[in-house]
Amino acid sequence: MITLEGVTKRYDGQTVVDDVTIGLGGDGVTALIGPNGAGKSTLFGLVGRLLHPDAGRITVDGMDVARTPSNQLATTLAVLRQDNHVAARLTVHDLVEFGRFPHSRGRLTVHDREHVERALSYLDLDPFRSRFLDELSGGQRQRAFIAMVLAQDTKYVLLDEPLNNLDLRHMTEIMRLVRRMADELGKRVVTVLHDVNFAATYADRMVAMRDGRVVADAPARDVMRPEVLEAVYDTAVDVREIDGKPVALYYG
Amino acid sequence: MTALDTASASTPTRERPRRTWVGVLVGVLLVVLAGLSLFVGVSDVSPVAVLTGGPGSDAAFLLGVSRIPRTVAVVLVGASLGIAGLIMQMLVRNKFVEPGTTGVSEFATLGMLVTIVFFPGMAVVGKMGVAAVFGLVGTWVFLQVVKAVPVRQLVLVPLVGIMLGGVVGAVTVFFAYRLDLLQSLGQWSQGSFATVMQGRYEFVWIAGVMVGVAWLAADRFSVIGLGEEFATNLGLDYRRVVAVGMVIIAVITAAVLVTAGLIPFLGLVVPNVVSLVIGDNVRRAIPWVAGLGAVFVLGCDVLARVVRFPYEIPLSVVVGVLGAALFLWLLLRRRSRAH
Ligand SMILES: Nc1ncnc2c1ncn2[C@@H]1O[C@H](COP(=O)(O)OP(=O)(O)OP(=O)(O)O)[C@@H](O)[C@H]1O
Ligand SMILES: [Mg+2]
Repeated sequence: MITLEGVTKRYDGQTVVDDVTIGLGGDGVTALIGPNGAGKSTLFGLVGRLLHPDAGRITVDGMDVARTPSNQLATTLAVLRQDNHVAARLTVHDLVEFGRFPHSRGRLTVHDREHVERALSYLDLDPFRSRFLDELSGGQRQRAFIAMVLAQDTKYVLLDEPLNNLDLRHMTEIMRLVRRMADELGKRVVTVLHDVNFAATYADRMVAMRDGRVVADAPARDVMRPEVLEAVYDTAVDVREIDGKPVALYYG
Repeated sequence: MTALDTASASTPTRERPRRTWVGVLVGVLLVVLAGLSLFVGVSDVSPVAVLTGGPGSDAAFLLGVSRIPRTVAVVLVGASLGIAGLIMQMLVRNKFVEPGTTGVSEFATLGMLVTIVFFPGMAVVGKMGVAAVFGLVGTWVFLQVVKAVPVRQLVLVPLVGIMLGGVVGAVTVFFAYRLDLLQSLGQWSQGSFATVMQGRYEFVWIAGVMVGVAWLAADRFSVIGLGEEFATNLGLDYRRVVAVGMVIIAVITAAVLVTAGLIPFLGLVVPNVVSLVIGDNVRRAIPWVAGLGAVFVLGCDVLARVVRFPYEIPLSVVVGVLGAALFLWLLLRRRSRAH
């Protein structure tokens, strides 16, 4: 489990993560939702040791994030950030290979290469493997980053808005992939999503944040209620039952 | 995701053209130019003269004392300056930085001046050490400045560095002028291999060793080039790798400075050209950058020896002209590709 105890993060006196105590990364897929600026990315940054909390403690399978050697954590936990700008001219294949770095330290074994190949084909990237990243569309690049994280082959995978830049089909494909990662490979996926319908369809559990606090944490079906969603987003949301599944209507 | 086959068919696989012929070309150029470098000069040192004269002849003597050291120095300087540029570009994540555009060279030169003023009798290796420490400080200052002034625009970063270098350079010149040391200063600020000979160039092997270190840590530098967040996620100690990179850059700069003086543009142009051809995977790029850097300086050095034969023009002039032209071309190319 990823356990946060009283975790707080402030920027110049403004508290963006406010005394959060929660366990993440149980079996299956967890969706983290919430309005812009709620502190979702900051929370991921804290868990991924990219930011340091002002108070509180974070552990991953009992390892204190602040004290455990970084390369040890890297074989257990992978975090993909929301905005990724890579200036270096690397090919898709190169990038995915770097996902194996925590295991191989640069010397790839046959086993490492299998992981790379699997990640490339999972993300439908075979046609682009020798392309440079700056020669890809935004969605293709996003898939390359996800492939890299997949190749890292960690128990916990944190994805910050993985559906960024993806078209309708690839959004669905990525969510199915996330599901498969959980079901077939036993990974614990936590993912930030803005589309609550995707979250409700593919996630087992939904956690909602607002103003740096966790305001809802329940099985997806229980979060998909007008009063809960309105409290999270401050806007009217209608929830209808379609084919037995709750669907939020928020298009006006 | 096997259901995606239809879609992939619409985006045809574009295999990257094999670049082996370029590698062969660089290799051949390296051998040819190294040969030229051995046998071009005022005194007659031709393969025939060396062979017919035997080991005791003037030609063989000159070859051993001057031509071979010079050629080795040129190759090592070219290779290591290219690598210094490459590593710096990975650390800063900017294609337009190298020791010469970040104030590192100027700091190292200031270090040399300090040794002359305060420790005039110091051995060359000591001078080099002091220059390396100053170079290290320079790298650190530059990284701090870039961090404090978060410039988003790619070309502004080297501008900041050039300004920093300008300030340090001005300070150096001021003190050199006051202390009547401008002439010694001129020795290093103008790169040349004219004075390289046996017993006076061996420190450049230290730069060669740094190239080896860079090669060993190549993958780490690639990961650093992805940025701090990716590097941390992959379990890399970002700060430590940056520190190793800084040492590599500073030592190469200092070793080249005491051997040949400042050689502009090389660290900038060579990695950029290589990046265009094969990309920025450091492990793959290192042999290319080293090879092409050596070819570039070898070519310039031979040119510097023949354009006004029997006189030699300063190498830095030739490198400056060719390098500046290449640099402009790279800049304009980039501009035309700007999104
Ligand atoms: N480096 C920073 N300095 C100051 N404030 C910051 C910094 N990073 C984030 N913040 C603030 O922290 C708050 C939370 O930001 P965060 O990126 O975690 O939000 P988020 O929930 O991921 O939002 P989004 O859905 O827009 O991605 C925001 O108000 C933001 O302005
Ligand atoms: Mg965010």
